Amino acid sequence: MSVVAPAAERQHAGQRLYWAVADCWTIVRRDLTHLAKQPSIVAWQLGFPLVSVLLFVYVFGSAMEVGEGVDYKSYAMPGMFAMTMAFGFMNTAVAVAVDKERGVTDRFRSMPMAPSAVVTGRGVSDLLHAALDLAVLAAIALAIGWRSDGGLLSTVWAFVLLLLLRFALIWAGVLLGLLARNQESAGNLFAVAFPFGMVSSVFTPPSAMPDWLGTLAMWNPVSATANAVRELYGNPLPGGGSWIEEHAELMAVVWPLALTAVFLPLAVRRFQHLGR
Amino acid sequence: MSAPPLDQYSVVAEGLRRTYGDARALDGLDLAVPRGTVFGLLGPNGAGKTTAVRVLTTLVRLDGGRAAVAGHDVSRSPRAVRGRIGLTGQHAAVDRILTARQNLEMFGRLFHLGTASARRRAAELLDRFGLTEAADKQPQGFSGGMRRRLDLASSMILAPEVLFLDEPTTGLDPRGRSEVWDAVRGLTQQGTTVVLTTHYLDEADKLSDRIAVIDRGRNVTEDTPAGLKRTVGGDRIEVVAAEARDLPVVTAAVARVAKRGAEPESDAAELRVHAPVSAGVPALTEVARGLQDEGVTVADIGLRRPTLDEVFLALTGRSGGEQRESAEHPEAAV
Repeated sequence: MSVVAPAAERQHAGQRLYWAVADCWTIVRRDLTHLAKQPSIVAWQLGFPLVSVLLFVYVFGSAMEVGEGVDYKSYAMPGMFAMTMAFGFMNTAVAVAVDKERGVTDRFRSMPMAPSAVVTGRGVSDLLHAALDLAVLAAIALAIGWRSDGGLLSTVWAFVLLLLLRFALIWAGVLLGLLARNQESAGNLFAVAFPFGMVSSVFTPPSAMPDWLGTLAMWNPVSATANAVRELYGNPLPGGGSWIEEHAELMAVVWPLALTAVFLPLAVRRFQHLGR
Repeated sequence: MSAPPLDQYSVVAEGLRRTYGDARALDGLDLAVPRGTVFGLLGPNGAGKTTAVRVLTTLVRLDGGRAAVAGHDVSRSPRAVRGRIGLTGQHAAVDRILTARQNLEMFGRLFHLGTASARRRAAELLDRFGLTEAADKQPQGFSGGMRRRLDLASSMILAPEVLFLDEPTTGLDPRGRSEVWDAVRGLTQQGTTVVLTTHYLDEADKLSDRIAVIDRGRNVTEDTPAGLKRTVGGDRIEVVAAEARDLPVVTAAVARVAKRGAEPESDAAELRVHAPVSAGVPALTEVARGLQDEGVTVADIGLRRPTLDEVFLALTGRSGGEQRESAEHPEAAV
């Protein structure tokens, strides 16, 4: 057997940072390998938004009255992008729960690697995954006739805002995945994800909903992001005229930051408490 | 307990305490594992075996007591401990989608070996654990035994000073169990100290140099496997009479071969008589011949080895069976 020296245990700050990044990248590579080996995962995860596109744009679309002379496709596609980002926290939660259930998380924790990499690696790979999801969705949207009339910068900024929402929800996903008893109960989170994604301005303007539901939908972070990117793409807006709808772009930054401020510390605390 | 010299012991634990809510998982457990030996931790589920392993592998913090593993304190220098141990928990903790080789290379990089050494080490371990042919396949297609060997290989990346195996064969079929046993025996020849938890008496018997029986988070006894079996008692003879009227004759025949000072116990409803014996086979022959001479036919006659239940009954005064069954968890989806 080759003799292998144990990893240095007294690391100075620079080495710690180096290994925190290197270990994070090792975990990210693991997830990218998953993706490469199972491209069907992407297909499955995009299945729901795709079916939704078909249903809403082509089946209900003719009956959907968003505003006078408004092309429903241009209204629904940015909503679809936002909804896909919103549902993403499920993927995070399930992946975290699977690793926890199968003892992979414990194996990582019993190794001399940077403990933070388990969480940061998850975050980075989920963002890369989300970017891929968006690219595929945007390609489909373009194919069926959706266009961004905003400038290049606005369009890029819109995609950044979408990823910002996904980023904020990663931490909710990590927290829920660590709290879930097993993989199945993490999967059941869809019952939460579904209304979170749907009670919003994604498919229909909140102003057309009953008052209380409309208010809920208006204040939903998913609506803020959906409306902000609609504005940036130059796509039609729900046009309710309330304060929250007038300040969609601001809220598309504020909401994710607020969610991160709440869930990131909770997720990190929960991870550290696995040993308590 | 005074601290044994650290250089002779790979694991030294004194008065380990750990509570979960009101439950005392560890309640003053002491352990001293001599370097280079296989040490079995035997006990019913809920005895504290898994908690002990989780404490010693730095996964769970201690509420009281102290423990040193490979010469380093688990609470004060967890990172130093992590660099010197391997852990194989109750689940085969490998990635099911990466290939066997990719798994080992990933763990190698996380042990900070560098890409080239991680690759070399992975190839070495695949060869040693008989996984070279399956190296580029995904563990989701492996048998339970193969997956467990990959799991063991993943624990061996750094040639650990101490390897912890927490119920390594739970949920495996007999073939898988013997594969794992062979792999563990191979490790000890390399000088690795192994701490093994199990609720299978035969597993502890086959692999361990010493066995500590623990219950309710405390030490019950510690001995070699042979010594332990002597404490628990050996074989029992068991005879089932064919007819109720034969029961007294059968009881008398069993009483003649029973261990000195032991009385046969009989169950009138099932017509069953049993008693501990010191030498199983001669006793069996004697009873069979004696009953034949008296013209009594029996429904069944045989020898029974002590079951784990009886070990716990003998050592702890209570049965371990109830908890064991409720906590029996053949690995889901393995």
